[in-house]
Amino acid sequence: MLNQKEILQTIEMIDQQHLDVRTITMGISLLSCARSDPKQACDAIYDKITTYAEKLVSTGEEIEREFGIPIVNKRISVTPIALVAAAADTKDYTPFAHALDRAAKTTGVNFIGGFSALVQKGMTEADRNLIRSIPEALSTTDVVCSSVNVGSTKAGIDMDAVAMMGRTIKELAQRTADQGGFGCAKLVVFCNAVEDNPFMAGAFHGVGEPERVINVGVSGPGVVHHALQSVKGQPFDVVAETIKKTAFRITRMGQLVAQEASRRLDTPFGIVDLSLAPTPAIGDSVARILEEMGLEVCGTHGTTAALALLNDAVKKGGVMASSHVGGLSGAFIPVSEDEGMIAAAASGALTLDKLEAMTCVCSVGLDMIAVPGDTSAETISAIIADEAAIGMVNSKTTAVRLIPAPGKKVGDTVEFGGLLGSAPIQPVHPFSAQDFIARGGRIPAPMQSLKN
Amino acid sequence: MNAIVTVIGKDQVGITAAVCSLLAQQNINILDITQTILQDYFTMVMLVDVSACQQDIGQISELLNKAGEERGLSIRIQREDIFNAMHRI
Repeated sequence: MLNQKEILQTIEMIDQQHLDVRTITMGISLLSCARSDPKQACDAIYDKITTYAEKLVSTGEEIEREFGIPIVNKRISVTPIALVAAAADTKDYTPFAHALDRAAKTTGVNFIGGFSALVQKGMTEADRNLIRSIPEALSTTDVVCSSVNVGSTKAGIDMDAVAMMGRTIKELAQRTADQGGFGCAKLVVFCNAVEDNPFMAGAFHGVGEPERVINVGVSGPGVVHHALQSVKGQPFDVVAETIKKTAFRITRMGQLVAQEASRRLDTPFGIVDLSLAPTPAIGDSVARILEEMGLEVCGTHGTTAALALLNDAVKKGGVMASSHVGGLSGAFIPVSEDEGMIAAAASGALTLDKLEAMTCVCSVGLDMIAVPGDTSAETISAIIADEAAIGMVNSKTTAVRLIPAPGKKVGDTVEFGGLLGSAPIQPVHPFSAQDFIARGGRIPAPMQSLKN
Repeated sequence: MNAIVTVIGKDQVGITAAVCSLLAQQNINILDITQTILQDYFTMVMLVDVSACQQDIGQISELLNKAGEERGLSIRIQREDIFNAMHRI
């Protein structure tokens, strides 16, 4: 029999520490929707998504009510559209994004991911078409997310794609200038992208995945922060143990929700993503966890070590709690979506360079960072290349989601609202990387790739 | 199927009676009750069996919510599974 203390502890986690299931994401394969007529392909995509995900939102809400646990987002990820649209007689893939947008709105999900291309070793004609379509596609849709994988440990880094993505991000920012460059918040550039990530904006349904699948992303920075408050001043061994125990509980809850959703939707369970995903709400911050470990402000010396411990302990605690762990699994450090990160960046303690160092030891990368609107495409490409190199060499996922906010300069703030929060404009290095990016070609895969 | 009902809020006359009669009307059997006053706050946890209840937990949850709001209390019902998952291996 459960005791009262345990029951009240769970309720306190939900009520006061922002414990929630961050997302139930249904992955849907669209490979069967390839048609030579683009209109027919788009119709097939719309029909398939709306059929498979018809009950996704209502089922999520049912589970939410029965278990009394908030499920913040219900989302869909699909096969990278560059693969599906490759057969179509068109160079403009924007209509595919519109089909996804319509399907997402019909099903009631708040984001759909997969307007994507995987170009780590080179681009097909379809990949180029997709990347060229991104600015128009993301500026004329509301809930479509896009990602491009430009590198991997196995393949190296496609520097032509890196150069293209710098220009794409700039153009997309311009096209959504009236919203502070908001379009760029829906575009992620990856190295070592994972095929079963339930989190946006980088979710897509990989080609090795089944017809459809349920992936769940848990969260709970607030719960971890609260747990650490009870071990003030104690050695890191105790800190790590405390985080592990908390992560275990959070993940068990995620596993339960995932299995329940999978059963009710008659869709195979894929993975639970053990991530600490912050929100701009007070008490739901990853930065505040790092500060709780003894740092005056997130971003000061010691931050990378603190984050390394956190990231590792979350995984160790979570891995036993779930039958299948996958996705990105680790601590997220998006600046605009984390109240503590926003404060640290605004105070000047958290710089782009420190964030880059932190991405060596956390689950993803330079995420939701606003930079001056006049940052050149080449500088953005160079930032992407640096981040991809970290991912490639360390056999981990890295990503870049930068917003060159049009007309904004260092000292300004850009507001996105909701879960995306607000971001102070952070300085970039003023020195040029133009000739570096102009070279193009491919950075060879590192020695780490030769494991066979 | 078992569920956990929790009632938290300012202590007042008739809380237990009100919650119990609401549960009885819905044919929900109470298996166990623990109740304490923590710093003036009334805290009650009940283990209940909802298998004979005609309505689903979602609907019961709304009824309890409404009853709680009327009295300035937080009353909720959650499937027992979630607590077991979090606290038992």
